[in-house]
Amino acid sequence: MRAAFNKELLAIAKKDPRVHMILADIGYGEIEGFANAFPERFINCGVAEQNMTGVACGVAMEGNIAITYSIANFPTLRCLEQIRNDVCYHNANVKIVIIGGGMAYGPLGISHHSTEDLAIMRALPNMVVIAPCDIPEAIEATRAMMAYKGPVYYRCGYKKEPNIYDSPVKFKIGRANIISDGSDATMIFAGTIGYNCKLAVEQLARDGVKCRLVSMHTVKPLDVETVKRAATETGAILTVEEHNICGGLGSAVAEALMDSGAGNIPFKRLALPDVNVTKIGSQKWLCDEYGLGVKHIVAAVKEILK
Amino acid sequence: MNEQESLECRRLAHRARLHCLRMVHKGQSGHIGSMLSCAEILSVMYLRIMRNIKPDDADNPERDRLIFSKGHGGGALFATLAELGYFPKEWLDTYYQDAGKLSGHISHHINGVEFSTGSLGHGMPVAAGMAMVGYRAHKKHRIFCVVSDGDCNAGSTWEAIMLAGQHGWDNLTMIVDYNRLQALGRSEDVIDLEPLDVKLRDFGWAAKVVEDGHDVQQLEEVLSSVPLESGKPSAVICRTIKGKGVSFMEDNFNWHYGPVTAKQYEQAVAELNAKGL
Repeated sequence: MRAAFNKELLAIAKKDPRVHMILADIGYGEIEGFANAFPERFINCGVAEQNMTGVACGVAMEGNIAITYSIANFPTLRCLEQIRNDVCYHNANVKIVIIGGGMAYGPLGISHHSTEDLAIMRALPNMVVIAPCDIPEAIEATRAMMAYKGPVYYRCGYKKEPNIYDSPVKFKIGRANIISDGSDATMIFAGTIGYNCKLAVEQLARDGVKCRLVSMHTVKPLDVETVKRAATETGAILTVEEHNICGGLGSAVAEALMDSGAGNIPFKRLALPDVNVTKIGSQKWLCDEYGLGVKHIVAAVKEILK
Repeated sequence: MNEQESLECRRLAHRARLHCLRMVHKGQSGHIGSMLSCAEILSVMYLRIMRNIKPDDADNPERDRLIFSKGHGGGALFATLAELGYFPKEWLDTYYQDAGKLSGHISHHINGVEFSTGSLGHGMPVAAGMAMVGYRAHKKHRIFCVVSDGDCNAGSTWEAIMLAGQHGWDNLTMIVDYNRLQALGRSEDVIDLEPLDVKLRDFGWAAKVVEDGHDVQQLEEVLSSVPLESGKPSAVICRTIKGKGVSFMEDNFNWHYGPVTAKQYEQAVAELNAKGL
């Protein structure tokens, strides 16, 4: 997914001279295309994420679009105050792109996981939060992000994500996509964990449970209408995210359900259980270990339908 | 600068000081020492140094930009801008009050304020980003960033210093309001920055010290000569006195936070007015 993102960004930058890339010494093997094509719109700030974000804000304040880009939580948590005070307060046209959302960098360990990002980024005023689930959606999300004026957080995957959509992807910020329909329950996910969700929905179908599958690619602003419709039309909702249980997609959906008066339905959030991820392994293995495997998702839907 | 021009700079600083004292007294807020410390820096910048700045055209792309990183001393910038006609002076009387126009730290929602600050260490990275864009496009406008001693404790300030030095963005000038007092004590006892000019030169900057950062002639002489060296960003380190102009506030860190009582306010105003500006 990161290769697809970089390719699409480069294509956009060829047409739009406002696009700048502001790095913190991360991006080997991916960012060279941009750096070589547009050296005047590229800067490597060194391992200095606070400066990267401040510089990006200064670049954006001069009428440009500035991309900050790094691994997992590097461009968010290290420089959170710069994102809050500089980017969000000034509504600066800065796009914060992370590579390896969730536990995509599995065996590198917790320092390279991004598992609180959705909660923290969506708590910031003016911030749009996007988490594409597969490569076609990531490409469309990149176009939508670049066309949007203002701060965006973009949780990119890593590499070789399988496709989730069967048909061409339509992408509008703030409007969820129904991947497949169903009437017994709705599964709402954000990001690349969607593939496990898709496999779970297929298993559930074989077991006689018709589950609607929704890619909530925009975690903020949340598509409240789609959540409400899921509640009234299917009567049960499971949220799935490769993220801590606190404050992410599941929390956002729960808030929407309660605020809209549609919360009186069977509901469950599947997420990391508020523990530090200390086990060592690949993203897939870690998801299985921490309760986000296909079997866990299938079991969770069956549980809320009991 | 002739005598008349010098007088105008001193007068603007004097008026800004009186405004700051009134604002802090009425609002029962802090940071008066930090405001009084930079009155001349701001008056010289706005009257003598910055180009293409106009209150009714504050977004002119050719304007020199001033990022005021020591946001807690922003009362001095508000007072200077009000005196220059960027917004009604009456707004100063609402500083730090319910439904007021002006907050305790500067905000870009006010005409003439380039960037909001308040947490230290934020100004220099943004200034560096603006400088990079202008430098690469061969723009004529300059970027100035006013920082405090406390700003120079923050790692992010030094991240920006290293980056600008690395690339030689000579349209960027950092002005240090070097009063050597910070919130909890003397800078030399907290984080001693000396020798600051040497440190900056080691990071690829040109640096000059203004021995009296309240002498408008000295300030103008150095600030009008930036870039101090072609191909390097400039640092102008202004030796200032926190609380300058009010005897009992000068060089006393209690006035980083201390609110001003009615009696103290009267005494301070009397002292300033006795100087005959």
